[in-house]
Amino acid sequence: MSPVFEVFRQERKGQPFQHAGSVTAPNETFAEIYAREQYGRRQESVALWLVLREALSQISEFPDEFEMKYRRVDGYSIKARLREAREKAGTLEMAPGGEPE
Amino acid sequence: MSDRTDLLLAIADDELFLGWRNSEWTGIAPFLEEDVAFSSIAQNEIGHARALYELAAAELGTTADELAFDRKPADYRCAPLVQLRRLEWARTIARHWLYETADEIRLEALKSSDDAEIAGVAAKMDREEAYHRMHAEMWVARLLSSEEGRARLHEAVDELWPYALGVLDDELRPELQRRAEERLGRPLPDVEPVSRGVHEAELAELWEEMTMVRRSAPSGAQW
Repeated sequence: MSPVFEVFRQERKGQPFQHAGSVTAPNETFAEIYAREQYGRRQESVALWLVLREALSQISEFPDEFEMKYRRVDGYSIKARLREAREKAGTLEMAPGGEPE
Repeated sequence: MSDRTDLLLAIADDELFLGWRNSEWTGIAPFLEEDVAFSSIAQNEIGHARALYELAAAELGTTADELAFDRKPADYRCAPLVQLRRLEWARTIARHWLYETADEIRLEALKSSDDAEIAGVAAKMDREEAYHRMHAEMWVARLLSSEEGRARLHEAVDELWPYALGVLDDELRPELQRRAEERLGRPLPDVEPVSRGVHEAELAELWEEMTMVRRSAPSGAQW
């Protein structure tokens, strides 16, 4: 069975590499040619990273036995809190976007 | 027709026919990744053919499409190597590698041409062909790495060798022989080349298929 290489592509210089998919290939040379043709032939990438799937470490368990809600960010509207703070400070009009909604 | 257009059409026809022949693997290549890669290489070859036809068309006062599709089968100048219908995989790889090796020698000569347009297109083509050569080379290395692969590749190369010599003019053939022998690590036989100008029956068959859609519409149709 041929190994699987995970492919990450960078769309423009300076941008983060993002997972694009994978190629199955007998070795690195084949993998590079296949990744180039699959993820680069339409000029959609400026760089590719190839990583053997076996070389990746995965963690997938994140216990939260005591429901420490205060560490989560969901249910907390930054937008609303920001508006509140600006109102208090009287700087609402100066905020990005100009007039308040 | 000048020597210049003659040369341009010979190479353009090679690239067009090889592109079509290689695309016969689309959908049925040995595995998915290879299917995508080999089809992409086939598309590249057609792109090279278009660039060369455009140069010839400018001189002849016609268009790339007319040169690619409106000539009679007997007027095509492609080497017999690229006329052969889809071969089994080891032979496909042998043809691919032999063609790319010959093409590299031809492009090296064209890149130093006094004709700036030809030298320019040759340099552009060569930058893409470099990846075709890498693809061909990785398969040759792969086949040579096992006993069965090695036997199949050698058999295929022996069969196609007279055709491979036919891609190049007389003076460039010894260089092809030198490079091929060096890579395979064995001598190749002295054989009579199957040269340009020979038309295999398979050329007319492919022409029928290739020009079918275009012939079905009145001439001058816009696509």
